[in-house]
Amino acid sequence: MTEIKGENYTVIYDSNLATISFQGSLRLGGMSEYQPILDLLNDILSKNLPTMTLDLQELDFLNSSGISMLSKFIINARKHQVSQIIIKASANIPWQGKSLKNLQRLLPILQLEFS
Amino acid sequence: MTKIIGEFKTELPKEQEFLVLGFSPTSIPIQQRWRNNGLSADFVADYLTTFFPISDDNPTSKLRQEEVKGAVSFIANELLENAMKFHDNSSDYPIKFEINLLEGEDVTVILQVTNSVNFDDFQKFYDFIQELINSDPDDFYIHQLEKSSEDENSSASGLGLLTMINDYGAKLGWKFENQETPVKITTVTTMVQISI
Repeated sequence: MTEIKGENYTVIYDSNLATISFQGSLRLGGMSEYQPILDLLNDILSKNLPTMTLDLQELDFLNSSGISMLSKFIINARKHQVSQIIIKASANIPWQGKSLKNLQRLLPILQLEFS
Repeated sequence: MTKIIGEFKTELPKEQEFLVLGFSPTSIPIQQRWRNNGLSADFVADYLTTFFPISDDNPTSKLRQEEVKGAVSFIANELLENAMKFHDNSSDYPIKFEINLLEGEDVTVILQVTNSVNFDDFQKFYDFIQELINSDPDDFYIHQLEKSSEDENSSASGLGLLTMINDYGAKLGWKFENQETPVKITTVTTMVQISI
């Protein structure tokens, strides 16, 4: 288990499930502050696992710098084309329904699951 | 000089509901008040829910309230982050955030933020807005994301504004003004309108 924790958020990687879970509200001030999270995502990607899951079901808020960070990761995944990326989203969190579909435009084989 | 670009309402009716927040950049450095952006955005979003009550007879009213809350907290946070980021630190001109509720046939929520800008940022921002209003926002959004992925340290510029247009159906406008202060200051007001 790897964990990145801040005032209002937690990002946890469970290697057994190949799942990174995001919780809370992420409103960091620009890309440099998101770098540790992006590095974690890219590290896991470089393991070339068959699937890799991003669980966002408890991520209540993500600012545009955070959306930019996720996009960078997805574009990087598109270059590797090894792992199947799954994003678990919540239909009850408005921003997810509005903005996550854009990631699919960057990577059409991205599996976006709403519950 | 006053210059208006995009969809900007210069006269807002005085009798409607409004809320104004002011941030004096001289009291605490901008960097140390970043967390206030989120606090203010959540507060304003929560405050507005009073005007979108949940009714037991109307099952869509709960959904509507959640949509309003989500949209306002995202947009308010982005506007405040931009204002804090691009505010000209050499001026002591305060950052002003305002939210107005216009009730007509549709309900319109108007969010605006005013901050001072230095000459370089003014030029860059002005050019960016010109590019934005002359492009297809959907294509421009993807273009900005792709561009940012090539540069390790940058985040996609204008992504917050583009997300408001594409994902929240917002109308955006800007007002640039030279303020009549002893030292010459240029301010920019960004206005975002969403229909509920």
